[in-house]
Amino acid sequence: MHDMMRRYGPGLTLLICLLVAFWLLMLVIVPNITLFEQSFRPYLPVVEVGGPKDFYSFDNYMKVFDGNVEKSLFGMSFEIPVHVYTFFLTILYSMLVTLVCFAMAYPLAYYMAKIVNPTTLPTLLLMLFIPLWVSEVLRAFAWWIILAFKGPLNALLQGIGLIEDPIRWTNMGYTGVVIGLIYTYVLFMLFPIYNAIQSLDTNQIEAAEDLGAPWWKTHWRIVLPHAKPGIASGSVMVFMLSAGSLLVPSILGSTTSQWFTQTIDQWFKDALDWNTASAYAFILLFLCTVFVSLALWVFKVKLSDIAK
Amino acid sequence: MSAGIDLENVCCDFGSFRAVDHANVSVRPGEFFSFLGPSGCGKTTILRMVSGFIEPSRGVIRIGGKDVRGQRPNQRPTALIFQNLALFPLMPIWENITFGLEVRGVDKTTRRAKADELLRLVDLPGAADKMVSQLSGGQKQRVAIARALAVEPQVMLLDEPLSALDLKLRQHMRAELRAIQKRTGVTFIYITHDQGEALAMSDRVGVMSQGRIQQIADPRDIYNNPVNGFVAAFVGENNVFTGDVQNPSQGMASFATPHGTFRARLGDIAGQTNVKLYVRPEHTALTKAPGPENSIPVTITEVSFEGNFISVLALSDSGARLTAEIRNDGAATVPEMGAKMHMSFDAARASILPDADVRS
Ligand SMILES: Nc1ncnc2c1ncn2[C@@H]1O[C@H](COP(=O)(O)OP(=O)(O)OP(=O)(O)O)[C@@H](O)[C@H]1O
Ligand SMILES: [Mg+2]
Repeated sequence: MHDMMRRYGPGLTLLICLLVAFWLLMLVIVPNITLFEQSFRPYLPVVEVGGPKDFYSFDNYMKVFDGNVEKSLFGMSFEIPVHVYTFFLTILYSMLVTLVCFAMAYPLAYYMAKIVNPTTLPTLLLMLFIPLWVSEVLRAFAWWIILAFKGPLNALLQGIGLIEDPIRWTNMGYTGVVIGLIYTYVLFMLFPIYNAIQSLDTNQIEAAEDLGAPWWKTHWRIVLPHAKPGIASGSVMVFMLSAGSLLVPSILGSTTSQWFTQTIDQWFKDALDWNTASAYAFILLFLCTVFVSLALWVFKVKLSDIAK
Repeated sequence: MSAGIDLENVCCDFGSFRAVDHANVSVRPGEFFSFLGPSGCGKTTILRMVSGFIEPSRGVIRIGGKDVRGQRPNQRPTALIFQNLALFPLMPIWENITFGLEVRGVDKTTRRAKADELLRLVDLPGAADKMVSQLSGGQKQRVAIARALAVEPQVMLLDEPLSALDLKLRQHMRAELRAIQKRTGVTFIYITHDQGEALAMSDRVGVMSQGRIQQIADPRDIYNNPVNGFVAAFVGENNVFTGDVQNPSQGMASFATPHGTFRARLGDIAGQTNVKLYVRPEHTALTKAPGPENSIPVTITEVSFEGNFISVLALSDSGARLTAEIRNDGAATVPEMGAKMHMSFDAARASILPDADVRS
């Protein structure tokens, strides 16, 4: 603060502070509080707002338990509220996305941090970054094209003889969504892990090998524990972004893939019931936060480690 | 169990730069061998080739008589102690020490017992459950040694392990390392740029410069009979004269310099053009009257009292800056500044040597 005063003078400092305060207050705090307050009130015709029917309750939140559907899992069939079902699948597939992102990012991060020649690293980073310069919408559509029935992926797989008939990728449940989310968010996993591994003293890896450790043991006992905070922060980011993504499921989803954000979106835009939509949004936020905290606790990661 | 190590014409190239140039050494089983040389001369590179992190560009490395080319570090019977120790900060001390046993599938109770035993060996009992960050520099040092000993290596490789410690601790750890080496009988290859350390600890020393091994000998020979100017200058102080060799015979020669013609031992100067005369300051004498041989008239310009010896700077009448050292036996007379005296030296204690053996 002092530093800023000295550098920019009192006038400009005040302006910057005001802008930041405005941004925080008007674009983050106020909308959230408004939605939070609305989520406890019923959806009413305008004339009845503020009338006797307008009182706080958990009714909007309870709507997730409405409307059972019949599902079967491992040969057992059961009834489950449709929105709860959507929620579980959203969490499940977000976990899958996180897992695949980790499996892809860890070897690459290790390669970038410890193996690649430092002079070629900038080129590699550039190649990773260039796709980010393209808008997320376009990237999702690019995958829509790649995965199309007569698209390049099918052509390639048929060309090398892996499949005989083309596959309807975007009509196979969550396949398209998962692929799209992995592609969109894998870098959010890569960079925290890369940073973490880079800060590991290479001598420790060599010392482990010198003491007789095979490569996987070195990773298990030395590299992975050191990279844990990076892995955790990457995982939290990818998981939260995936569970909260609307664009990718909308573009790459199939008729049988429903993402919880799409349900929220339908409350907002189709039903025009902002109250229930808000309630659903807070359910997603709250449960995801609980889930992530639980995961961090299980893996013994502290929040302060992640912030590093 | 210990093994000898042989390097035969070992070279290591980094691109067009040759970091190690035709190294030939035979380290005997159970020997304490030091590589001594200035920063960047290729010491670490040699050690990394022996431990398997770098493959030699040419030449053969044998450990216990077996050619180890192509073997990864985890297959070689060596244990390396890194310049920065490279302890594992996320493991308690006992797991650090027994990491090598853990990867060999030794069970936990045995490992724990082994850790306690090794901690007693390195004189650090009771530290088993501490973390690395809770230890002092010297204690970390001991843990690193214990960790290397745990895998019962036939050869220990140590890369300047004491350089981060303060003087007192360094001297203490020297003795400690030497004792551990004697107790375990393991071959030690020790790297240092500190000549005192190399001379005090080693059975034999290899002095290196610019990728080449200049001389391999026991510490006394290295100091008393250096083979060239580099070794003479690196392992001690010298007064150096340039000049020409005259009438060489029976290992002695005259050496004509602008400051006079001196008698001295003649080193192996066959085929060498750059030849100088080297005299150690402690091998000179300062007297009022001219000495019996090799005497130079001088004026004393500076006297500094160093405790166990007195260092005297003198300017010869012919313009050479010379240094003499007088041992302080309590009765030594300290020359006065500006006094006119004679500096002389024994012909048997002065050597005519070629410059360093460097690549052309
Ligand atoms: N990976 C590498 N690539 C290119 N050059 C290298 C590499 N490693 C070492 N060198 C060069 O080889 C020479 C010898 O290096 P080395 O590390 O063996 O020196 P050293 O004797 O251990 O020095 P110090 O006492 O400073 O540790 C140096 O000039 C160094 O610049
Ligand atoms: Mg070195």
